[in-house]
Amino acid sequence: MNVINEGIGASMRRKEDLRFISGRGHYTDDMNRPGQSHCVLKRSDRPHAIIRSIDLTAARAAPGVVAIFTHADLDADGVGGVPCGWQIHSKDGSPMVEPGHPVLATGRVRHVGDPVVAVIAETKAQAKNAAELVVIDYEDLPAVAHLNDAVKPGAAQVHEGAAGNICFDWHIGDKALVDAAFARAAKVVKLDLTNNRLVPNAMEPRAAIGDFDAMSGDFTLITTSQNPHVIRLLMGAFVLHIPEHRLRVIAPHVGGGFGSKIYHYAEEAIVTWAAGKIKRPVKWTADRSEAFMSDAHGRDHVSTAEMALDEHGNFLALRTSTLANMGAYLSTFAPAVPTYLSGTLLAGVYKTPAIYGEVKAVFTNTVPVDAYRGAGRPETTFLLERLMDVIAHDTGHDRVALRRQNFIPSDAFPYQTPVALQYDSGDYTATLNAALKASDWDGFPARRAEAAKRGKLRGIGMSTYVEACGIAPSKLVGALGARAALYEVAQIRVHPTGSVTVFTGTHSHGQGHETVFAQLVAEQLGIPFANVDVVHGDTAKIPFGMGTYGSRSLAVGGTAMVKAMDKIIAKGKKIAAHLLEASVEDIEFAGGNFTVAGTDRAKSFGEIALTAYVPHNYPIEEIEPGLEETAFYDPANFTYPGGCHICEVEIDADTGVTSVINFTAVDDVGRVINPMIVEGQIQGGVAQGIGQALLENAVYDEAGQLVSGSFMDYTMPRADDLPNISVGTETTLCTHNALGVKGCGEVGAIGSPPAVINAVVDALKDYGVRHLDMPATPQKIWAIINAAGVKLAAD
Amino acid sequence: MYDFAYEKPTALAAAVSALTTDDEAKALAGGQTFIPVLKQRLNKPTKVVDLSSLGLSGITVTPSTVTIGAMTTHGDVANSVDVQKAIPALANLASMIGDWQVRHRGTIGGSLANNDPSACYPSALLALGGTVTTDRRTIAADDYFQGMFTTALEPGEIITSVTFPVPERAAYQKFRNPASRYAMVGVFVAKFASGVRVAITGAAQGGVFRHAAFEAALSANFLVDAIAGITTPADDLNSDIHASAAYRAHLIGVMTKRAIAAA
Ligand SMILES: Cc1cc2nc3c(=O)[nH]c(=O)nc-3n(C[C@H](O)[C@H](O)[C@H](O)COP(=O)(O)OP(=O)(O)OC[C@H]3O[C@@H](n4cnc5c(N)ncnc54)[C@H](O)[C@@H]3O)c2cc1C
Repeated sequence: MNVINEGIGASMRRKEDLRFISGRGHYTDDMNRPGQSHCVLKRSDRPHAIIRSIDLTAARAAPGVVAIFTHADLDADGVGGVPCGWQIHSKDGSPMVEPGHPVLATGRVRHVGDPVVAVIAETKAQAKNAAELVVIDYEDLPAVAHLNDAVKPGAAQVHEGAAGNICFDWHIGDKALVDAAFARAAKVVKLDLTNNRLVPNAMEPRAAIGDFDAMSGDFTLITTSQNPHVIRLLMGAFVLHIPEHRLRVIAPHVGGGFGSKIYHYAEEAIVTWAAGKIKRPVKWTADRSEAFMSDAHGRDHVSTAEMALDEHGNFLALRTSTLANMGAYLSTFAPAVPTYLSGTLLAGVYKTPAIYGEVKAVFTNTVPVDAYRGAGRPETTFLLERLMDVIAHDTGHDRVALRRQNFIPSDAFPYQTPVALQYDSGDYTATLNAALKASDWDGFPARRAEAAKRGKLRGIGMSTYVEACGIAPSKLVGALGARAALYEVAQIRVHPTGSVTVFTGTHSHGQGHETVFAQLVAEQLGIPFANVDVVHGDTAKIPFGMGTYGSRSLAVGGTAMVKAMDKIIAKGKKIAAHLLEASVEDIEFAGGNFTVAGTDRAKSFGEIALTAYVPHNYPIEEIEPGLEETAFYDPANFTYPGGCHICEVEIDADTGVTSVINFTAVDDVGRVINPMIVEGQIQGGVAQGIGQALLENAVYDEAGQLVSGSFMDYTMPRADDLPNISVGTETTLCTHNALGVKGCGEVGAIGSPPAVINAVVDALKDYGVRHLDMPATPQKIWAIINAAGVKLAAD
Repeated sequence: MYDFAYEKPTALAAAVSALTTDDEAKALAGGQTFIPVLKQRLNKPTKVVDLSSLGLSGITVTPSTVTIGAMTTHGDVANSVDVQKAIPALANLASMIGDWQVRHRGTIGGSLANNDPSACYPSALLALGGTVTTDRRTIAADDYFQGMFTTALEPGEIITSVTFPVPERAAYQKFRNPASRYAMVGVFVAKFASGVRVAITGAAQGGVFRHAAFEAALSANFLVDAIAGITTPADDLNSDIHASAAYRAHLIGVMTKRAIAAA
């Protein structure tokens, strides 16, 4: 009976938490290998410069120095550049411009933080001392950091091969159809908007340890990664040319990723290669300042969106044009973010019949930009959901009615959008209604009036969104430019006494997989939760896998587990049939028992496991001993979580400070395995979304220096910046995976930013505000209020 | 951090001598400013002289003064029932500095010696017209602050205690920098029988300063409305990604009004 309490739908406490919150985790930096040396990177302090010469004389003579390497050493060994995992083709069919991304800067530095020299010493302090003695003679070049500047004629050129700093000029949708719809539209509403640049700031900074066994020729890389197999593939095949069986990648406990730890980074290649060179382990750990200038940043889009409407407020066509900042080099998935993770969602939750989107990806002298919690979907959601409120503002439609009227109806699924995706299921009216009720939307005017009495400007805003996650069908993404597959792998090892170890190719770095996957397996196999252990993060233990991102771990990785368990059960039935002297067709499996249908003759899961390993009485001619199965699962489609977020704010007109008073999220994440974890994931995502909307901003000055390069200037959300976040779910099941699950890892960060800004704009409606870019800082809001005051005084 | 020698003297004279015989020696109090600076390798002292064994912490309250030892932590000031009674605004100010960890290490002497233009204590010292006592003399607040990160302290001079006259009424209002949570604009207002003093921190390029126009108006009439028409020129105020000089000028007015109301 405890199976039911511990399985699908139970809010089991997270197994991993005791370890993590009591300081017993083993993160990369906690590990030390015998004979270990320490690597410090001398990074560029210039946004853009030619490296005229590098003088290592003094550094080499410094105490404790073991070795110092530059690009010349890597070149001499034939080390390749950091590869990009996705190739986009431009409108004209030409492939994107793919300038090299050297592991150590070669000839030029292109952003502050670009690594130039690797200094390895006995201690980290000695490596730092020696790095200070490295003399690099730079010749500064003009630099460009901001999107709009980078595409201006005469802008500084980041890469010689990328004219006008354009990496690619991509589009999606039917331009002619859209143009025709605009020509006959009763009304066109246009909006320019910016999606602000963010620094991911996982709690654990990146770290890597390279090791080399001279006897076997085996390399080991311990790294802060969300996907160790992907790193092994990219680094082994493209950078260091080490075959898989000679390269083990371990991603141990990892303290948060949010996307920033998906990518293959230069430091991983440096420590692994250097370990082979000096025949000693080499460790590198980023400090926080280094993280700010070397972890891939997120977002940074500038867009124009236009909606064509008929006289009744029905959407006729959507046209968008976006500049997406790639930074100085192409990070692993960077080209996919503004295109196939973003442009393909332009329909949103609306039945807009014609859509056309253009995206220019642009190089700048900034840290590379890549996927960050939500990856492309927050950008599109912000664009669409701000546009909704602006349409309502410009046309006088009620913002709820406008959305409702244009929703894809709940009976229209599967729904083929005009921009490639086919949504399998959803019910946007249901999530909207539930959120309106939970937030007491209708009672808002009274709350506004009450706030006004206290001198506060109160506003309410919503967003209704859908996203595509559970990535992804390999064939589809391959056709769209992915250079890898996106299936997932699970191995289920049943031990002789019936306990189970699950090996998954996904990786948990805060999500709670050890708990959720154990619940899933316990439920399916009818065994106690405590009898299931989950192993991840080691290429030597796990057959293969693509890792964790894009809310894929349960939808794709969990489904792979189900497939593997199906094989276990099928084999178990054969063993049971033999023991019970029945035919296989008559064996049923439920609640942990193999039963002859219609009888009480049964064998427990444990008995079957024992028989498989002690096959004294066993159909040995027919099946092998042992009980262990592996499954590769390639999904048929993305999954499509969606929902409605409602935010209520109060603004202090004297100071411009916004307080988030209430936040209500009602999401459809498909079947829920652990409601507590879903709630936590959504709350965490919303915290990040509120951070983006009100607080966080990665600011470069014109010259390419990162002004917000530390927590003194980069505003991370703190607990007291956040309201209680009320989370509800309304479920429609995913129709194409065995569990009906969709994914909950990113919805919070996707749905929330426009809800917050819509609430802020609503609060400021008496000041004539139509749009406000993120983050809505006190200074920005005060400037609006002040300008309105000045205008009032002048009138 | 670069290597340095470490000393922990037990007598004030020994500490002073350790600091004066070596130009590159530096005093260490709570380390909340100094240790991050060392970790970032922005400072390379030959010697670090730890002031924690000199007996410099403690709070003494008389009917007309509050005297706080230089090594008294922000947490101890915030939690002191005596300070809460005598000058509640001072205890309140201390309770708003940094976070728990910072308040339990950072000291009043360290804060005033450092004179960060965004620090809180300088506004209290200046508005209350307090005095800084060192190993060799007593310095009046009006003479002590000499621009950001600059004070009247001589090389090697150690603050031993700080004395605040007890005002009739006082209040501190802090508009936090959203990222660092230091004061972006902090206003300390103090009303004495002799008049009102208003000190502003966080806002100006030169660090903490007295607001003459507010003081004049409030000395005549200690009411929020008294400063209604007075604007603060933005010319000498800081401008950064969080706040323009004009916004800071505006916030000075808002926070001062709030301080008057709270006093
Ligand atoms: C996260 C964080 C948040 C903070 N927020 C705030 C804030 O909101 N408001 C605020 O005001 N401050 C803030 N601070 C600073 C904090 O108040 C520090 O405690 C203070 O600036 C320095 O005090 P300390 O005792 O740590 O001095 P230390 O860091 O040890 O020393 C600072 C300097 O003063 C010198 N010094 C120290 N004591 C003496 C003495 N007795 N005589 C002569 N010289 C001396 C040292 O040589 C050094 O140069 C913050 C600090 C941190 C880390």
